[in-house]
Amino acid sequence: MTVLDNTATTPEPATEAATVEFRRLRREFGPTVALDGLDLTVRPGELLALLGPSGCGKTTALRMLAGFEHPDSGEVLVDGDDVTRVPAHRRDAGMVFQSYSLFPHLDALDNVAFGLRMRKVRTAQRRSRAAELLDLVGLADKGARFPHQLSGGQQQRVALARALALRPRVLLLDEPLSALDAKVRLTLREEIRRLQQELGITTLFVTHDQEEALSMADRVAVMRAGRLEQCAAPAELYGRPATAFVAGFVGTTSRIPGRLDGASVEVLGRRLPVDGRIPAGAEVDVLVRPESVRVRAEDDGHARVVATSFLGAAVRITVRLADGAEVKADLPAHEAAELTAGAAVDVSLPDRPVLVTERTS
Amino acid sequence: MARLNPWRWPVLGLAGLYFLTPLAASVVFTLDVPGQGVTFDAYTQIFSTDGFGSSLLLSLELAVATIAVVLLLTVPAMVALRLGAPRLRPVVEVVCSLPLVVPPIAFVAGIGTVLKWGPEHLSRTPLFQTLVAIQNPGFPVVLVLAYVVMALPFVFRALDAGLRSVDVPTLVEAARSCGAGRRQALVRVVLPNLRGALLNASFLTLALVLGEFTVAQLLGFQPFAVWIVNVSGAQAQLSVAVSVLSLLVTWALLLVLAGFGGRTRTASRG
Repeated sequence: MTVLDNTATTPEPATEAATVEFRRLRREFGPTVALDGLDLTVRPGELLALLGPSGCGKTTALRMLAGFEHPDSGEVLVDGDDVTRVPAHRRDAGMVFQSYSLFPHLDALDNVAFGLRMRKVRTAQRRSRAAELLDLVGLADKGARFPHQLSGGQQQRVALARALALRPRVLLLDEPLSALDAKVRLTLREEIRRLQQELGITTLFVTHDQEEALSMADRVAVMRAGRLEQCAAPAELYGRPATAFVAGFVGTTSRIPGRLDGASVEVLGRRLPVDGRIPAGAEVDVLVRPESVRVRAEDDGHARVVATSFLGAAVRITVRLADGAEVKADLPAHEAAELTAGAAVDVSLPDRPVLVTERTS
Repeated sequence: MARLNPWRWPVLGLAGLYFLTPLAASVVFTLDVPGQGVTFDAYTQIFSTDGFGSSLLLSLELAVATIAVVLLLTVPAMVALRLGAPRLRPVVEVVCSLPLVVPPIAFVAGIGTVLKWGPEHLSRTPLFQTLVAIQNPGFPVVLVLAYVVMALPFVFRALDAGLRSVDVPTLVEAARSCGAGRRQALVRVVLPNLRGALLNASFLTLALVLGEFTVAQLLGFQPFAVWIVNVSGAQAQLSVAVSVLSLLVTWALLLVLAGFGGRTRTASRG
């Protein structure tokens, strides 16, 4: 664990944080539609995570902001200026790539200084700036190492320093942690967030890992098939998903069949108010999070425990209801001790508004 | 792994014998003159023999020109191919490999026929002057053109191996996001990482041009290989001495290039 103490070199905040806007972006690759009219605004200084399954267009959107892809229609605005036609090297956007992208023929210091060399900054000046940045990412002593002498996590840190070297207005992170192992991923996650907040730089972070998105971002934009499903703060996204897709993709959700009656729904023998949009049909599924499902051992209960899996602090129990639907519930480990597979249980929901959706099956 | 195989040393010994015996025989033939004992006369003679300097110089000039042309032609093309249309690679590979299938005899016969168009059909056009100019015996451009074609398969393979070991698209994008234009990305990032491949391609081309005989002979020029064959008729010992010497020179060049390549770390990892 290398949690870093960089109080000595508090970085100067970036020039004004920028606003980024995507307007009706559309892009097709042959028969596949990568972006289908994407509208999204990134606020100044925030870290916005683009989250979605692979092929949802999140990377394409990021690459359009970097200038590596061009939209068929729509525009990209940075601080209100249309940059859609500005070539990549004049975009003022630092980028960290998924694969290790350091220049193999340059040592860490020269990698970081590369952008400054392109800007014709004098040697002494750019070396001191590069050293400062390496210090910022905690690699002050590794400046003379070549990329192949650095670990994956160290390489991504150097890549981050390189991306910040030109004091870009926007920082773009394209799944920068997905090639790293779990532990390094966690430390680097915290460190990227810390740096981003210190610098106050507008940051776009592409990931398919919901945990990463929820833990790091100010707001998370969930994408699906080239469109924005929902863009909200992590807590809101988790607690009040706008669509069934978001509910299913972010966190774990179970579906319990219920019957709609006006603005309330009958489920598991009780009547609960409906939260959000009310679907047209009467037959609906109620979407529930495992932590809000209550399971009690009950000898004459109609539900049966199907499986249990130990998660550490909690135990996730899969229960089959009388009508065949399967529900996942998280219970504290001490409560779950007696609930083994086959046990008869009673399932209930707390008295809170619930999210419902059309029945799919 | 190698330790498990007791046949390693005998096989190596046999292979060494197979390669070194003719070489040793050549060396002995040049040094040991019957009745005089060991003498270096054959080697000292080389430098005083007519045409040695001029033919070697011509070969080296041709080699340098060929290397320059073939690299300027293939490097940008292959990088562009890698970035823009990776699926076309097999097509380009087949095209670049064609010179391997065409025997040099057929190749030179074709060139000869085209060159004859000059006096036969084009004598009143400016093209005639061009055809004459490229056959200037002082520096036959036509040989450079022919060698460029003949070197293509080797250069393609060397560069292709180099390009495969580097993630060119990502490196170019990384360079561009650091504010480098396309040309700067090529010169500052891609080429330095292809250094080994470029040296390999250059060396293969150099070896090809120094040893090429058929095309040069049949088109009537006098580079080094042709000169060796010509002197061998009159002075057998001298010509073998030249061959041994050129072998040593080639080895020396190879070592120099390998030294250069070795100093840059193999760029594959990273």
